[in-house]
Amino acid sequence: MLHDALIAPFTDFAFMRRALAAVIALALGGGPIGVFLMLRRMSLVGDAMAHAILPGAAIGFLLSGLNLLAMTAGGLIAGFAVALLAGLVSRGTGLKEDASLATFYLTSLALGVTIVSVKGTNVDLLHVLFGNILALDDQTLLLVAINATITLLVLAVIYRPLVVESVDPLFLRTVSRAGAPAHLAFLALIVVNLVSGFQALGTLLAVGLMILPASIARFWSRDITPMICIAVPTAVLSGYAGLVLSFQTRIPSGPAIILVAAALYGFSVLFGSVGGLVRQLFPARHLEA
Amino acid sequence: MPAQLLFHNVTLGYDRHPAVHHLSGEVGSGALLAVIGPNGAGKSTLLRGIAGILKPLSGAIGLCGLDHRDIAYLPQIAEIDRSFPISVFDFVSTGLWGTIGILGGLGRAARDKIAEAIAAVGLNGFENRPIGTLSGGQMQRLLFARVLLQDARLIVLDEPLNAIDAKTSKDLMVLISRWHDEGRTVLVALHDLDMVRANFPETLLLARGPVAWGSTKEVLTPENLLVAMRMCEAFDDDAAACADDISPRAA
Repeated sequence: MLHDALIAPFTDFAFMRRALAAVIALALGGGPIGVFLMLRRMSLVGDAMAHAILPGAAIGFLLSGLNLLAMTAGGLIAGFAVALLAGLVSRGTGLKEDASLATFYLTSLALGVTIVSVKGTNVDLLHVLFGNILALDDQTLLLVAINATITLLVLAVIYRPLVVESVDPLFLRTVSRAGAPAHLAFLALIVVNLVSGFQALGTLLAVGLMILPASIARFWSRDITPMICIAVPTAVLSGYAGLVLSFQTRIPSGPAIILVAAALYGFSVLFGSVGGLVRQLFPARHLEA
Repeated sequence: MPAQLLFHNVTLGYDRHPAVHHLSGEVGSGALLAVIGPNGAGKSTLLRGIAGILKPLSGAIGLCGLDHRDIAYLPQIAEIDRSFPISVFDFVSTGLWGTIGILGGLGRAARDKIAEAIAAVGLNGFENRPIGTLSGGQMQRLLFARVLLQDARLIVLDEPLNAIDAKTSKDLMVLISRWHDEGRTVLVALHDLDMVRANFPETLLLARGPVAWGSTKEVLTPENLLVAMRMCEAFDDDAAACADDISPRAA
């Protein structure tokens, strides 16, 4: 019975196995990225970027079909264009950076939806907006895995400057020039992972598999390394449980994955060992020193 | 005594308004210099200029062969995100950046050095605590531990003893004196004149321009302090461009 519900879908169907592999790859790349997004107070920037890269990914999609490489390249270009333009406008005119970014990402989203609906079909639009992890072909899966690998390798190189820049940016400026390149590389990794997330969750939910596991991890650890070690398996678990849920019910796969993560988040808010509500209501007795 | 720092008619400021106006002079290698002056006198601005955070509006600051990254600089208002989940040990370890860089590992020797630095500032036992749980004084000790590890020839501290209790001030002053004894050049901005008299051989009294610069005893006279107190803090929005090419007040 339990085997039928939890394991059989994956042994019986190749598309479920591919979906599971994709979710694991997304979790490995997106988990650590999400933790940094959260700690750098960029959670909503991630969301804005997800919308901003849509026209680029859409153009890539229209030019070469569901080719993840073309979509990634298009997304990178669009993402950096929006980030750069927003930065230029806010610096040149004094408009606050968040207002400027909001304007550009909304414009970008509108442009992206326009391009897809004028040139593509409604199915394409639904695909871009909500993704479909159950329809991944081998080539796309391979590219999701490559993106995850690149993410982990680059993150290993920029990890130290990224952490120091988050804690004490002025100190990093006085000891190293690595701050700005590390930040740019980090932005590129966000885009790379969002484009991967497109396939599974669509543009609206792509950032979910990064942010939710990171927020969950925050309730279980006070140190960044364990936080990342918690975020990745949490994302894998959400992905697996979401796929099972979606397989057994009529819930679409993307939302199912995010809903499972949201349930884990709710549990963590209540029972987390770091700042969980229940822990605060019933604190253990204070210590001697 | 060879020079470690040379000020060539330096003017530092913001939006063309000078905060340090036409400063010339040199700081000898191994000097222990107190930089004093009222609020707004340009102390922090000068130290930022030395650290390379702020480019001079005119003139130049010579570092005598040092790179900006060889300077240990402790700002007055550290932009530290204290909610970031990092332990005391890991935070202090970033002081080794100059030797381990981006990718270098922390070997046993490095770990011992970090533990020594933490012990030297009296934070032993705090290694695994998140930095967000430290008090103000403990935070300052933490920052001193990082400066210790930076092992810099030139150390620049901006009001490191503000809002610090007497015991901690004394402990931190011991570290500053130790750096002096080790032959490092140390510049410290501070307000406590008794502290300056007791510990600093040299003093620069700043009030936008240099009021006096020399041995602490000669600088800290009531007349000099009065001149510094009278300094006008406000920028004049309608000020004309400064025609003063060569400072008449060069020290």
